Parts: sequence; C-alpha cells; structure tokens
Amino acid sequence: MSVVLVDYGAGNLPSVEGALRRLGVPSRRCSTPEPLADADAVILPGVGHFSPFAAALDRRGLRQPLLDAIAREVPFLGICLGLQALWEGSEEAPMARGLGVLPGRIAALPAGVKLPHMGWNRLRQLSGRTSRLLEGVAPDAYVYFAHSFAGSADGAVAVCDYGTTFTAVFERGALFGVQFHPEKSGAVGSVVLRNFLETAR
Amino acid sequence: MSLARRIIPCLDTDGARVVKGVRFADLRDAGDPVLLAARYDREGADEVVVLDIAATRDSRPTFVNTIRRAARELSIPLTAGGGIRDLSDARAVVEAGADKVTVNTAAVRDPGLLTTLADALGAQAVVLAIDARRAGAGWEVCVRGGREPCGLDAVAWAAEGARRQAGEILLTSIDRDGTQSGFDVDLVARVADAVPVPVIASGGARTPEDFLRVFETGHADAALAASIFHDDLLAIKQLKAFLASRGVPVRAA
Repeated sequence: MSVVLVDYGAGNLPSVEGALRRLGVPSRRCSTPEPLADADAVILPGVGHFSPFAAALDRRGLRQPLLDAIAREVPFLGICLGLQALWEGSEEAPMARGLGVLPGRIAALPAGVKLPHMGWNRLRQLSGRTSRLLEGVAPDAYVYFAHSFAGSADGAVAVCDYGTTFTAVFERGALFGVQFHPEKSGAVGSVVLRNFLETAR
Repeated sequence: MSLARRIIPCLDTDGARVVKGVRFADLRDAGDPVLLAARYDREGADEVVVLDIAATRDSRPTFVNTIRRAARELSIPLTAGGGIRDLSDARAVVEAGADKVTVNTAAVRDPGLLTTLADALGAQAVVLAIDARRAGAGWEVCVRGGREPCGLDAVAWAAEGARRQAGEILLTSIDRDGTQSGFDVDLVARVADAVPVPVIASGGARTPEDFLRVFETGHADAALAASIFHDDLLAIKQLKAFLASRGVPVRAA
C-alpha cells in the first residue's frame, strides 16, 4: 500500500510518520504532484498558520493533484490544518484559498475560552451518524487538539465543544478529516489512523 | 467543555541521558530519555517534556537527536527546551519532531523572541518557562537554570509573555523544586489567574493530594514532575484514578 504524506514544508511529518510506522505501515513524503497520482491513501497533515499552508500548496503545485485524488475517491485524511484546508478559506488568512471541497469558511474559536485550544478534550460523537474512523473508539474519548480556528459542525460525525461546537471528525465517502491530532492522541489516535488505513485496503 | 488536566513527566537530560536535579544541583544519571519517555506514554502521561539542562554548544546536536528519537516513539505531545536562544534553535527541535519548545533565559533577555517564535511556529508551539522564587510578598524570576535573579516579577512577566504570544506558561517554583514538599500553590494561582493561556505547574510534587491542590486551588491546567515518576514513588495511573475520583477531569490512563 502506498501511503503518501503531503509535505508542504511546515507540517509535523515526523510524528505522523512515527505513528504510521508503529502501525507497521510505511509512508512516503511527497512535496511534488507526481506521487499523488498513484497513491492508495493520502494524508495531509498541517500545523501552524493557514496562509503559508495555502501558499505552499500552490507553490508546490499540489492543489489540483490533491483535488484530483479526492475526486477519484482515493482515501484522504486531513489532519488539523489539513482538515481546515477542505473549506473555501479561513478567517485566519482572508486572502488565502482553501481547497473548497466543503462550502464556507473556517472561523476563529470565540474569545472567552483559553486559546489556542490546546490539550486533551472530549469528542462528542453525534448519534445516528456512523463513523468508520471512530470504530472502536468511545463516543466521548479524549483526543489531543492544538488550534485556534475550526470548521462548522455541518456534516460532522463527531464534534468538540469548546467555546462553540465545531467539527472534530468529518467523513464523506473516502474523504476524512480530523481537527485533533491522531498522531498525538495516544491509543485512541492509533485506532483512528488504523481505521483510516483500513479504508484504503 | 473543559480540557483534561494534564500530567506531564519531565526528563532533564545532559543532551543524551536523563539526569535530575535537586534544587537544580547534584545531578545524577537516570537513563535513556527515549525509553523513559515511551514508558510514560504507555503509562498514561498526557505529554512529555524533555529538557537539555547542559545546554552547551556541544550538547545541542546530541539533544536534537534525542528529540528526534523520542518523537518517533511517542504517541503523545513532546515539548523540548533548555538553552533555546533563537529561532534557529527552536526550529531545530521542532523539525526534529517536538510539538512545542520552551524558552526561558533568552526570552528574558529579548522578550520579542516570543513573538518571533510564535509568528514562525504558531503560538501553540511556544512555551514560556519561568523559574520563580519567593521574594518578599511576591516571586522573582530567575534565569540561567534558576541560579540568577533578574529582577522581574514572575506574575507580571507571565502576563507579558502571554501578551507577546507565548501559548503556554511552564512555571517552576525554585523554592519547591526537588523538595517534594508540594507545589507552590499560591504562586501557581497568582499566575494562572493573571494569564489567558494554560499554566503548567512545576516543582515540589510528591503526593496525589499535591496534584489535587494545584489543580483545584492553584487553577493549574497541567502539572509537571520528574523524580516522583522516575523513582516510582507515584504511578501516573494511580494518580489519575485518584484525581478522577475527586472530580478532576483527566484522560484515563
């Protein structure tokens, strides 16, 4: 299985690579469009600011190949900023363009709670929504978050409540995204990553 | 919803090996930081802090390599620090896989460094480490491994650090560090109530009640300890079970 980790220059790739290796799955980094063409699964990790992230996707020519992979229904997992990239844009960087797979924009978490939202918080799996990523995960499991912006809860299979209610886990067909960091979420995170890889088998 | 209160073992290293301090002096070897960090991950730690307390030019490359090895093994967040002087030092440990980096003396010398780091790495990756000791009615900030008082008031400095975009404060009581006489709960409460960012309390932990107190009365978001975990005086699993039984939100170990 060819698992491609998108390297846009500022992601925390070693952590994700380590998590995949502990699951016995090798991955390769890709900072050019070519490897995306024959990937069995694509992971788009992301940390930091939306603006350099979006700019790097364009500079490296990754935007269209990523959209093509999503259109071909190659299993795709966006992590943190990689999930946020699915929307049209973000309040964090009004001029930067997201991938625009989902309508609307990423918004800042409200003032009144400590920001960044950083640490272990509970998922709230929505009743009536089945989730492939969360199979075997407690519906209110603790996972690790580190972010100040988030996407609306529309279409989420699990949300998190912190100042507002936002998407913690998104799923639609082969398209997956998590606002938390599965590579930093201990045993629960490993299960989520394993479940994602299962969808690519 | 409130975040889980975090339990954080801290590994003081000379770059390559774990040492530990009693009041920042009298160091002794306690093993491989990567093995220890992985053990704490399995035992339910919420995060691991690895510090280079030698922080010399010679220890630096070794330390970055230690961080790289630790990051590969850990499934929880990793914070690296000790002797971080500038953006390039910080970038080196972040690129090696650290999620956050602590700055201490260098931020006191140049507070603008906090903003520089936050702009480059994100505020969530920048931890302002403050070593404080009681001085009169307040607490004074000390630098250079806690040895040198620098005249700053700890509460004011924490607030300024947060304004300058430190995403978190790691607050160590020099008076309590290594004494196992309990956290300086007054200090922690003063700082935690004064800043809009999470505060990690450090220095003096011994009993589960110490942790309960620093969370309930000190309003700490996280608590850090070293020797009591290294010496098996307190197991993280039991500590978390105790805290949960007293109504503190913790991630089950």
